[in-house]
Amino acid sequence: MRRQSMMPYLAWMLLFIIVPLLLVVYYAFTIPSETGNVWSLENFTRFFEPIYLKVLWRSVYLAVLSTMICLLLGYPAAMIMVGNAFTRKSALMLLFVVPMWMNFLLRTYAWLTLLERNGFINVLLSALRLPRLNILYTNSAVILGMVYNFLPFMVLPIYSVLSKIDKDVIEAAGDLGANSLKVFMKVVFPLSLPGVVSGITMVFMPALTTFVISRLLGGGQFTLVGNLIEQQFLVVGDWGFGSAISVIMILLILLSMAIMSFFEGEESEVAPW
Amino acid sequence: MKNIVELKDVSKLYDETVALGGIDLVIKKNEFVTLLGPSGCGKTTTLRLIGGFEQPTTGSIFFDDVDITNVPPHKRKVNTVFQRYALFSHLNVFENVAFGLRIKKLSENAIVEKVDKMLSLVNLSGFEKRDINSLSGGQQQRVAIARALVNEPEVLLLDEPLAALDLKLRREMQHELKNMQQQLGITFVFVTHDQEEALSMSDTVVVMQDGEIQQIGSPVDIYNEPINSFVADFIGESNIVDGIMLEDRLVDFAGSRFECVDSGFGKNELVDVVIRPEDLVLIPAEKAKLTGVVRSVNFLGVHYEMIIEAKDGARWLVHSTIMEPVGTEVGLGLEPMDIHIMKKVG
Repeated sequence: MRRQSMMPYLAWMLLFIIVPLLLVVYYAFTIPSETGNVWSLENFTRFFEPIYLKVLWRSVYLAVLSTMICLLLGYPAAMIMVGNAFTRKSALMLLFVVPMWMNFLLRTYAWLTLLERNGFINVLLSALRLPRLNILYTNSAVILGMVYNFLPFMVLPIYSVLSKIDKDVIEAAGDLGANSLKVFMKVVFPLSLPGVVSGITMVFMPALTTFVISRLLGGGQFTLVGNLIEQQFLVVGDWGFGSAISVIMILLILLSMAIMSFFEGEESEVAPW
Repeated sequence: MKNIVELKDVSKLYDETVALGGIDLVIKKNEFVTLLGPSGCGKTTTLRLIGGFEQPTTGSIFFDDVDITNVPPHKRKVNTVFQRYALFSHLNVFENVAFGLRIKKLSENAIVEKVDKMLSLVNLSGFEKRDINSLSGGQQQRVAIARALVNEPEVLLLDEPLAALDLKLRREMQHELKNMQQQLGITFVFVTHDQEEALSMSDTVVVMQDGEIQQIGSPVDIYNEPINSFVADFIGESNIVDGIMLEDRLVDFAGSRFECVDSGFGKNELVDVVIRPEDLVLIPAEKAKLTGVVRSVNFLGVHYEMIIEAKDGARWLVHSTIMEPVGTEVGLGLEPMDIHIMKKVG
């Protein structure tokens, strides 16, 4: 019975996850020749050319940076949300959630018009006789776009972990002599680590592979891995190389997830005796 | 004995709700004080005010004659055992107990020594490396007690610490807590709604209701001389009936006049008459002023619990080692000193 009810899901997974993945792996390890596709590692060796490694490095750098900014902005935001009275809490929560109801592409396009040379922000700045802000088509704009789009994915898991921390535990730490800073360092933060880990994961992954944000706000000058893959498939037509980069990214993501779950697992480790 | 904690006219309002309505309370050094009352009576609020987790709306709190009303919890020389333990689930047993000592920056050797000593006091030696979530409720309770006591507080606050334990374990912990308190010479302020627990452990019982202190006294005093019908009813079981005080040492209730030992009431004043079920004795009906028919018999081990319905419809609760079958007409005998006369409340 149980096995039968799982059938549609298994079929779905097979059709839309397993088969495409196998296709990607197949393309990654083959190159076209006159006799059809032949097995080769050429797609992979090509990726280790400096020009592509530089793209990878830039992607990782921007993703790490925006994840860190999200953490620095998101953690206090989550704490404020937990600490506030119910009504203000839900208002704050709405502020984070409502933009997510809007299409991701639209939100990013909106930033394009806001940041333009004669866009809203610059009109406002010059009206106030302040220097103009020319960050469109720079790393800063890309980071801004990533932080803006992915911040809720940092705030929500941290918020949900923080809101589950028993108030008694915080009072107990105070009772044992810890001032607010020590209560945070020794109790609240360690207890919220699972939320931090899942927040980091949920921001880092999409930030590493985004191509929309870098294309719109980076103006295509800043190729990231996501753009590279997109180009190989849609512009260059080199499915083999595109697939190889995809496989490398999948491995990178699996690796970082493994590292993350190691940190998460350490917390709940049970001594064997 | 010296006073260690003193509450002067302390009240606490949450929005418009009165949690505590201006109480005065003195706790002496090395005393085992129990705050006893039904839920919502203000006993936990009182404890939280002493711990510093709440600020009083009015009044002040003194510790060793120093006003600590505005001192935050981490600077008070008291420690708390929380109702739901509030252990740190990210730390093992040793680190939970060591928490306060690490804050005080004691040397590693001193920490290990103190924690070991405390864990053996609560019978948890060998559990140092254990994860908190792998412990039973009773063990977690012991960790919570050790974590508080290791800081050598002058006053230990305990907020219904045994409420979550089963009956047998609770009895055991009651003894252990009492022993620890005597052994360490620390003042314990214990909150409970369980009157048996309060009577068996305390030096002083503070009975509270609706944010007011009803009575303060030793367990024996509280049980034998309850100040009003609420205390009488809450501490142990009681028969409470309306009566009229005819004159000093003479009261009219249940259709008869009885001699009693109370005086100082107004002539013909309406009063509550309180009689403990174990003070009512079964006697032949023809010899008794108070008679009725046995309506139910319950065997409780040490004694029988019977309900005797009188002609006027009053139902008397009787505890006795002898039993009469249901339907029998019996008489109830009682001595003048077992009749407790109380002013009507409200």
